Amino acid sequence: MYGKGILKGLSVTWKRFWDTYTEDISWMLRGKKRYNTVEGVAHRSSKDTKGIFTVQYPEEQLIVPEEFRYVPFLVFDEGADGKKEVRCTSCGICAKVCPPQCIWIVRTNDPATGRPVPVPTDFFVDMDICMNCGFCAEYCPFDAIKMDHDINIASYQRNIYNLEKLMKPASYYAGIRPENYTREEEARKAKEAAKAAKAEAGAAAAA
Amino acid sequence: MVAPASTSTIDLVAKFPDSVTADTRPGYTGFIVNKAKLVEVATAIRDEFGYDLLTAVTGVDYLAENKMEVVYHAFKTTGGAGLTFKVQVERIDPIEVPSLIDIWPGVDFQEREAWDLYGIKFTGHPDLRRILMWEGFEGHPLRKDWKEPFFEEEAKPFKSRWPDGKHTFAENKNPFRDNLNFPANFDPEKYEVTGEEDLYLSLEKDSLKDVDGNMKTEHIVVNMGPHHPSTHGVLRVAVQLDGETIIGLKPVMGYLHRNHDKIGERNTYLQNIPYTDRLDYFNSMSNNFGYVTTVEKLMKIPVAERAEYIRVIMAELSRIQNHLIFIGMLMNDLGTMYTPSLYAFEERELVLDIFEAVSGARMMCNYFRFGGVVRDIPDFAMQKIKDLVFDRLPAKTDEMERFLNENEILVARLKGIHVLNAEDAIKYSVTGPVLRAAGVPYDLRRADPYSIYDRFDFDVAVRQNGDMMDNYLIRFDEIRQSLRILEQAIKQIPQGPINSQKAAYQVRVPAGEAYGRIESPKGELGFYVVSNGKPNPYRYHVRPASFVNLTAVESMCRGTKIADFVALLAMLDIVMGELDR
Repeated sequence: MYGKGILKGLSVTWKRFWDTYTEDISWMLRGKKRYNTVEGVAHRSSKDTKGIFTVQYPEEQLIVPEEFRYVPFLVFDEGADGKKEVRCTSCGICAKVCPPQCIWIVRTNDPATGRPVPVPTDFFVDMDICMNCGFCAEYCPFDAIKMDHDINIASYQRNIYNLEKLMKPASYYAGIRPENYTREEEARKAKEAAKAAKAEAGAAAAA
Repeated sequence: MVAPASTSTIDLVAKFPDSVTADTRPGYTGFIVNKAKLVEVATAIRDEFGYDLLTAVTGVDYLAENKMEVVYHAFKTTGGAGLTFKVQVERIDPIEVPSLIDIWPGVDFQEREAWDLYGIKFTGHPDLRRILMWEGFEGHPLRKDWKEPFFEEEAKPFKSRWPDGKHTFAENKNPFRDNLNFPANFDPEKYEVTGEEDLYLSLEKDSLKDVDGNMKTEHIVVNMGPHHPSTHGVLRVAVQLDGETIIGLKPVMGYLHRNHDKIGERNTYLQNIPYTDRLDYFNSMSNNFGYVTTVEKLMKIPVAERAEYIRVIMAELSRIQNHLIFIGMLMNDLGTMYTPSLYAFEERELVLDIFEAVSGARMMCNYFRFGGVVRDIPDFAMQKIKDLVFDRLPAKTDEMERFLNENEILVARLKGIHVLNAEDAIKYSVTGPVLRAAGVPYDLRRADPYSIYDRFDFDVAVRQNGDMMDNYLIRFDEIRQSLRILEQAIKQIPQGPINSQKAAYQVRVPAGEAYGRIESPKGELGFYVVSNGKPNPYRYHVRPASFVNLTAVESMCRGTKIADFVALLAMLDIVMGELDR
């Protein structure tokens, strides 16, 4: 019969249409909210999603995984009396590995000796050029530059971020990437412990 | 499976002692053919040695040796390794090399590209116009002595970034026109657009002459695009029509051209990985795969066992979502606005969620590294992959088939339209699903296995008719085969490190050349990389599947209606990011 195939196809559409309502009703009966809740969004992007699966941005937002990356920022540790101790040593690896070359670093020189000091005087990232590849964070040996989760950076100007604008506290980093943060902290503590043990062994040998 | 025949077993030198020599430069393979004998040798390579598929043609500019080289990569559709042969010519304009268009018509666009970017004149090519750059462009940008506007340095990393890296805008440093080349006697103030006689003349040559002469008809040229909703980006096609029937057709491309190859030669090897994401932006995982396997070939390094499995899982997931989108977009182009394509998008979103969880980005993944991958798959993402592969995707593929396959309108639009037979498909260097739908079971995962594809049990999807319907159905077959591979890969994946190398921001690549190719969802994705031992590739060339597959389009749609051409464009599954590079 001509038209049978169309009807068969329409049955799929029909089923999908009804799925939205049956889902809504089943969520309602269970006393849960399918829309505008974290649980609802998570369900709609899981393998069990049925019916409508749209996430109504900006009222709802997708839940991003930990590894999600957007433009970079610089991590600083909060020292005594609230001093910002930036982790960056201005070694320049991020500027060298950056594919579109959007990182500029001004290294600090000691005014007395002229020797370089491991703190950047200034740090620029041209966010309009940045391609969010994550190489800078991946190859930074000091865990000083990391990729952000904040995607709302649109502005009317060119987005050139300087050191001031790039700095974010380590607690913020721990908030967006808890697993990475714990792993790195553990690695650092292990490294420091090994260093201390080595120094102790050295001192013992000398004595 | 055909045992791969190594290049050295084919003794081209013995057959042509006067005109062929083996390429003995360290790290290089293949043969160097005398320019005068090129056509003769190429004919023998096709007819006597059986290399019927010429996939890649490209130029290399050896500025220091004052030589221009054309590199050809020929393969057999029965499988096995390929044959590389080269022609070297003096680097003095006009650089002339005989065209191989009569032997392999598939070289058409690639020879035009080599002319455009290198200024190599292919004598005997019927339509040697610029293809990626615009008509009035001065110079040949891939030559080593050509410099782009806002040129900063030969190679990255640029020295101005560190240690005293004050930010300055490139446009302020090089005010407009300071660094631009105009043709001789060209005054931009007086320039008037003169039309594109060359393009239309090339169409005129192709048009069939009215033989009966009973009724006088006038042919008209219709420019489809560049801003046409069905061209999947900015592709323009000049179509010559007799009524509604297509009698000649020329794709005009390059609107999205950014000279990916030149950027790649300025980049370091590692920096190229995120750039390959931007080629075929639906399948950044596959693009990464192709590029890293090529460079690994040059570096001669192993890949961590677990990483091999992760790579296969990612590449196959990518293929599934690509084919689903293909089906959705084909429906869009046929006029089924959005319902099927959004059904396809739903599954794609779930696959992209996995990509995001492992790599950090949904589309621009940048996930592969030389020797392995960036990071391991997190447990929850692995669970998601299992859920999709064992649970959801098979059912959804069935649903999609139930939804569309028997639809009478769809069948009427697809069945028997735009038939491409096997012989023509090979002639035009078509690869991928389009070739397999024409009845040639040529799948690189079988024909020339790379990575660990030889460990999996799967069938090469093949259909016999070569029409649009088969091209549509073969996508479902391929999704099913990909699911089969995924099931095995998930079961077999071992624990262990995910990279065989130590993480390093600069890699050492020994001098030499390598051509690596993978079966991307759109066809053969090839990378030709030449290294001279420096941190940047000396030559970096991409052989995109979409670009070469488009060569066949003219012969496929002669004599069909223009309304069906929209469907054909969708069916070739072109992506402009890859096509224009």
